[in-house]
Amino acid sequence: MSREDVLVTTQWAEDNLDTPGVVFAEVDEDTTAYDGGHIRGAVKIDWKNELQDPVRRDFVDKAGFEALLSAKGVGNDDLVILYGGNNNWFAAYAYWYFKLYGHDKVKLIDGGRKKWELDGRELTTEEPKREHTGYTAKEQDLSVRAFRDEVVAAIDTKNLIDVRSPDEFSGKLLAPAHLPQESAQRAGHIPSAVNVPWSKAANEDGTFKSADELAELYNEAGLDTSKPTIAYCRIGERSSHTWFALRELIGLEDVKNYDGSWTEYGSLVGVPIETGAK
Amino acid sequence: MTDGCGAPAQTAIAADADTGGQVVVAGKVTGGEGPLGGAYVRLLNADGEFTGEVQASPDGDFRFYAAPGTWTVRALHRSGNGQASVSAEGPGLHQVTIAVA
Repeated sequence: MSREDVLVTTQWAEDNLDTPGVVFAEVDEDTTAYDGGHIRGAVKIDWKNELQDPVRRDFVDKAGFEALLSAKGVGNDDLVILYGGNNNWFAAYAYWYFKLYGHDKVKLIDGGRKKWELDGRELTTEEPKREHTGYTAKEQDLSVRAFRDEVVAAIDTKNLIDVRSPDEFSGKLLAPAHLPQESAQRAGHIPSAVNVPWSKAANEDGTFKSADELAELYNEAGLDTSKPTIAYCRIGERSSHTWFALRELIGLEDVKNYDGSWTEYGSLVGVPIETGAK
Repeated sequence: MTDGCGAPAQTAIAADADTGGQVVVAGKVTGGEGPLGGAYVRLLNADGEFTGEVQASPDGDFRFYAAPGTWTVRALHRSGNGQASVSAEGPGLHQVTIAVA
């Protein structure tokens, strides 16, 4: 798999705004950014209200995902181009989520909304009107999704990669520095996890580093690429970014995202936790 | 109340604001003609490592919840970049202005 198979440049995006069969979607947790201006023709996907079950802590089910994409006007044959804020965290999460439900024709805009803005490209407040489709999803592909029991069993066995900031990893902070500090019951990290903050996979402008740079980064961190890997963060979106780097850019085959992440693990009773830097 | 990781909308914070015991690094991004809105502001620790990023408000305001230490705040904007350092020795509000050129 090459970079062009999974990423498009902002220039490609601008050149293909009107290409039939290409659907742009902005994904964010807080959709006020979209409402204030988005790429022309892009539909919005609300990470919290549309991709998460409103009651249980889980995703919308297959029927829910089908209804969502049908309402957004996304067809099974469409190439979906995702982008968003926060260096594409939520767009990477959505990318992983689309793969989870079997939609293979999906790519990210490299650098996301930030790169688009830093380029000085045009944004519009006009919302597109797309025809309703009859989207059909597949059953979840659990080869890319890890659950808690598998994570506990992976300690000292598989690669565990904690992509939060060093201060969250060591237990000094419970949440990223732009948020009030509230989260799991306990701070720290899963024993045997290596800490490679998601940000090391990205350039300052939000684009992903090259596959060679990424391979060197994770190699130096001690990731054994012959073993399966599970990535986690606090709620699973930063680790989607790293999952993308490991699986889609470097090309590792067995990489899962643990979407329960620290907000689940750090509140489990009885599981081992380590604190301190490594 | 915040169970996500997305940056909340950035708002100005009063100089005497109660930070609830947290170490807050906040301030304004300015350009050639005063406050500059919409810049991407990155918080880097004393080793230059990325710690967080927010997008400044239309009035140029930004805010981070940090830990005690010396921090660099770096702003990226389509009109240019800029950075400044701030020493946050303990809980409270630590203000800093970033000039972008």
